[in-house]
Amino acid sequence: MTTLMNTPLQSVLHPASPDAGIIAQFAWVLFGGGAVIFIAVMALMALGLRRDARPAAARWWIAGAGIALPVVVLSALLVWSTWRSADLSPQTSRGAMAIGVTAKMWWWEVRYRDPASGREFASANEIRIPAGRPVYLGLTSTDVIHSLWVPSLNGKMDTVPGRVTGLTLHADKPGVYRGQCAEYCGEQHARMALHVVAMAPAEFERWLANEAQPAPTPKDALLERGRAAFLEQRCQSCHTIRGVAEGARLGPDLTHIGGRTHIAAGTLRNHRGTLAGWIADPQAIKPGARMPAALDIDADTLHALAAYLEQLK
Amino acid sequence: MILFLLYYIEPLASPNSIVRYHFSLPALPHACLLAIAGLCLAVAGCGEHEAPRKANGGDPARGQRLMAHYQCTACHAIPEVPGAVGDVGPPLEQFGLRSYIAGGIPNTADNLTRWLDNPQAVKPGTAMPDLGVSPEEARHMAAYLYTLR
Repeated sequence: MTTLMNTPLQSVLHPASPDAGIIAQFAWVLFGGGAVIFIAVMALMALGLRRDARPAAARWWIAGAGIALPVVVLSALLVWSTWRSADLSPQTSRGAMAIGVTAKMWWWEVRYRDPASGREFASANEIRIPAGRPVYLGLTSTDVIHSLWVPSLNGKMDTVPGRVTGLTLHADKPGVYRGQCAEYCGEQHARMALHVVAMAPAEFERWLANEAQPAPTPKDALLERGRAAFLEQRCQSCHTIRGVAEGARLGPDLTHIGGRTHIAAGTLRNHRGTLAGWIADPQAIKPGARMPAALDIDADTLHALAAYLEQLK
Repeated sequence: MILFLLYYIEPLASPNSIVRYHFSLPALPHACLLAIAGLCLAVAGCGEHEAPRKANGGDPARGQRLMAHYQCTACHAIPEVPGAVGDVGPPLEQFGLRSYIAGGIPNTADNLTRWLDNPQAVKPGTAMPDLGVSPEEARHMAAYLYTLR
C-alpha cells in the first residue's frame, strides 16, 4: 500500500521504461520546438503591428519562412524521429514473457501461463510483471474496441475483437503504474482502469507460483460462512474461484482477489469495506456494470463474504 | 414573523381606529400573542445559534483525507470527499445536524468516535464494517463529519 501511495500515478511526465522515455523525449522536443516557433511568430507579428512598420519583402519571407524553414525543420525531425524510433522495443513475443489481456466492458481479464504446469490461469484488472525485462502483452477484446494505455510504460494500443494486437512493457524498476482504457467504449469507459505492478524478478516468480494455486481453504467459521455465501448468492454463475467453483468467465476470476490493490477495474482500493459496498450495490458505484446488486443478503453474511474475498491471496 | 408582530403592535398603537375592526381577530389575549411571538423568535434562533458539536479536538482536514483513504464513499455520499460514490449507507450531507447515529445512538463526539473506530462493537450486526480505523483516526474523522452542516 505504501508503494501505491508514493508512486506518481499515471503520468506521461514520469516515464518508467525505455520506451516511455523515448516517447517523452519526442514530446519534449516537439513541445520545445513548437514553443520557439510560436514565440518567433508572435515577435514578427508585434514588429508588423508597430506604427512605423515598413512593408516587408514578401517574396523573401514566403520563400524563407514559408517554404525553406518548414522543409529544413520537418526533414530534420523526420530523420531524427525515425532514427530514435528504432530504439523502441519491437512488439513481439519473441524473447519476452507473454501475458494475455482481454478487454471487456468494463474490466480487463489477464491470463498468465504457469511455468510449472504449463496451464493458463486468469486474474483481472492488475497486470503483474517482472521489472527489468520485456513482457509482451497479447491484447484482444470480446465486445467493442478498447485501448490499453499505461503512460509511464508505453504508448496506447487498441484491443480489437477478433484480433490480437501486441504491446511490450519493460518497467525499469519495481513500482505500481496506473493505466486506463483510452478508447471510448461505453457508459463506464472512465472507470475502466488497471494497475501494472512491476516486481523484482524473484518476487514475481514467487507471486506467479502462488497465483497458479487454487484458492486457500477457509481457516475459520467466518470465512467458511463467506465461502458458503459465495455459492448461495450464485456468484459462481459469473465468477470463478479455482478450487471452489470453476468455469465461469463472464466476470473477473476471484481466486486471488485479496492480493489485488484495487477492485472494480481500478475504481476502489481493495479492502473488506469496499468489497462489501461493491457487492451490496455495484450499480450505484459503476452504473451499467454487468454485476447486479445483491438484493437479499443480510449484513452478517455480507461481512462474511467480504472477509472471505479479502483473504483470498 | 414580521406580519405577526405587525398584527400585534397595530391595535396597540391605535386602539379605536378602523384598523382594529378591520383585523377582526383580537380575540386572542395579548399575553398569548406575546408567548407565540417569543416561541417564534426562539425557533428562528435555533438554526443560527446552535453551538457546533465539538469532536474532542480532532483535525477536520486530516479527517477528510482519512475518509478518502478508507474509501467511505464506496457506501456513503460525502460532500468534498472524492471517489466513486455508493448508496449502500446513508448520505452524510449535513451530518453535523443529525441527532442520532446508527438509528438511535445520540450523535455525540464520543459516541461517533467509538462508532467509526469499531461499528460492530457499538451495534453488532450493523452493515457498516470494522475497517481497522484507530481511535485517533476516528477522532479526526468525527471532527470532519461535524463540519458538514
